[in-house]
Amino acid sequence: MAVLSVTNLSVVKRDRLLFENLNFAVKQGGLLYVKGQNGAGKTSMLRVLAGLVAADSGEVYFSQQNIQDCRENYHQNLVYFGHKLGINQTLSAVENLQFWCKQHLVSISVDTIYDTLAQLNLVGLEDIPVANLSAGQQRRVALARFWFKRDAKLWILDEPFTALDTQGIDLLSNQITQFLSGGGAVVMTSHQALRIDYPTDELTLEYRI
Amino acid sequence: MAILKRDLALAYRQRAELMQPMLFFILVISLFPLAVGPEPKTLQLIGPGVIWVAAILSSLLGLERLFRDDFQDGSLEQLMLSSTSLPAAALVKVLVHWLTSILPLIILSPLLALFLHLSEPMYWALLKTLLLGTPLLSLIGAIAVGLTVGLNRGGVLLALLLLPVFIPLLIFATSAVESASMQLQYTAQLAIIGAMFLFSLALAPFAIAYALRVSQT
Repeated sequence: MAVLSVTNLSVVKRDRLLFENLNFAVKQGGLLYVKGQNGAGKTSMLRVLAGLVAADSGEVYFSQQNIQDCRENYHQNLVYFGHKLGINQTLSAVENLQFWCKQHLVSISVDTIYDTLAQLNLVGLEDIPVANLSAGQQRRVALARFWFKRDAKLWILDEPFTALDTQGIDLLSNQITQFLSGGGAVVMTSHQALRIDYPTDELTLEYRI
Repeated sequence: MAILKRDLALAYRQRAELMQPMLFFILVISLFPLAVGPEPKTLQLIGPGVIWVAAILSSLLGLERLFRDDFQDGSLEQLMLSSTSLPAAALVKVLVHWLTSILPLIILSPLLALFLHLSEPMYWALLKTLLLGTPLLSLIGAIAVGLTVGLNRGGVLLALLLLPVFIPLLIFATSAVESASMQLQYTAQLAIIGAMFLFSLALAPFAIAYALRVSQT
C-alpha cells in the first residue's frame, strides 16, 4: 500500500514554476531519492510533502487520505528533517531531545537519550549548550530523532548528510536501511551519492527558468 | 506545558537580553523629570501617559524574541509537525512573554510612579490599567511578530504596524488614570480595556497560528 502518494502536484515560488503535474507514490519499504540541481525545488517539494506549505495545485495523500484532512495522524507518523535543525542553541542536547520527544508524544527515558547520543559519538557533550558544538555534532543531535521515532511510517530527510563525517554518514545510512526493511518509507534528497544498499526509486527535478 | 517549562528556562538563560527592555523603561521615564523640570503638577499631568508610552515602547523591544529564535533554528517547523496544537502553543508563548518581559515592568512601576509624583489613587488606577491592558500588548504584538518573522530585520516594521493599533488602549488607559486623579469613577474605562483583552484572548491565538503558517512559505 502506498504510504505517500502525490497527484498533479505543482509548486510556484516567487513567480517561478518549480515543477508541475508531478505524480508519484512511495510504498511501504520504499525509498524515494529526489535529485536535482540547486534551485530545482527539492526543498520546496519536501516542505509541501511534509505539510508545512500548501501546494499551488495538486494533492498529497497519506495512506489514501488527503494530508489536509488527517494532519494530526499524518504528523504523528512522520519525522521531518529539514535544513533548519530545530535545535535550540541555548539548550543542551539532552534538553532539546527531551523537549522534542514530549512535543511529539514519544515517551522515552533519559537513559535512552544518553545511550543514543553515545551511539552518535557525542559522549561528554550531552549537557553543554548546543551552540558550543560543531556543525556536524549539532546535526548528529538533531538526527537522534530518527532513533527515537522508529514506529513512524514516513521519514522525510532534506540533505541529511551535509556536514557529517564518513562515520556519521554510515551511521545514518544504516539507520535508514533498518527503517526501510522494517516497512518504513523514506523520501530524501542528497547531493552526495547515496551509500545505501537498498533498491532506490529516483525522481529528478529539472531546473526551470 | 513542556513549552512553558522550556521557554521559562530559556528566558532565564537569556536574562541579560531580558534586562534591556526593563532598563530602557526605567531610563525613558527618568528622563522626563530631567527634561520637563521637577514641577510636581506638570509631572502629575504627564505621568500616566509617560508610563504607558514607555511600557508600550519597551514591550516592542522584547517582542521580536517571541518567535525569532524558534523560526530561525527550525523549532517552529518541528512544532508545526507535532501533535501540539499551534494556537495553544502560541498562547503559552505569549504568556511566557508577558511573564518575562512585561510583569517586571509592572513590578517596577511603583518606583516610577514616585518619580512622576503620581498620587495614590492615580497609582492604583494605573496599576489596574497596566494589569488589564499589557496582556493585550503581548497578544496583538504576537500576531504582528508572526507575520514579520519571515522577513529579516522586521524590528522597525513591527513598531510601525503595532503602534497605531495600540492607540485606543492608550486613550482608555490614560483617561482612567485621569479620572482617578480627579477622584472620579473609572470603571467604564477599565471595563472597555477588559473587553478588549478578553476579545483578543479568544481570537489572537488563532490569528497568531495562522500568521506563523503563512510565514513558512
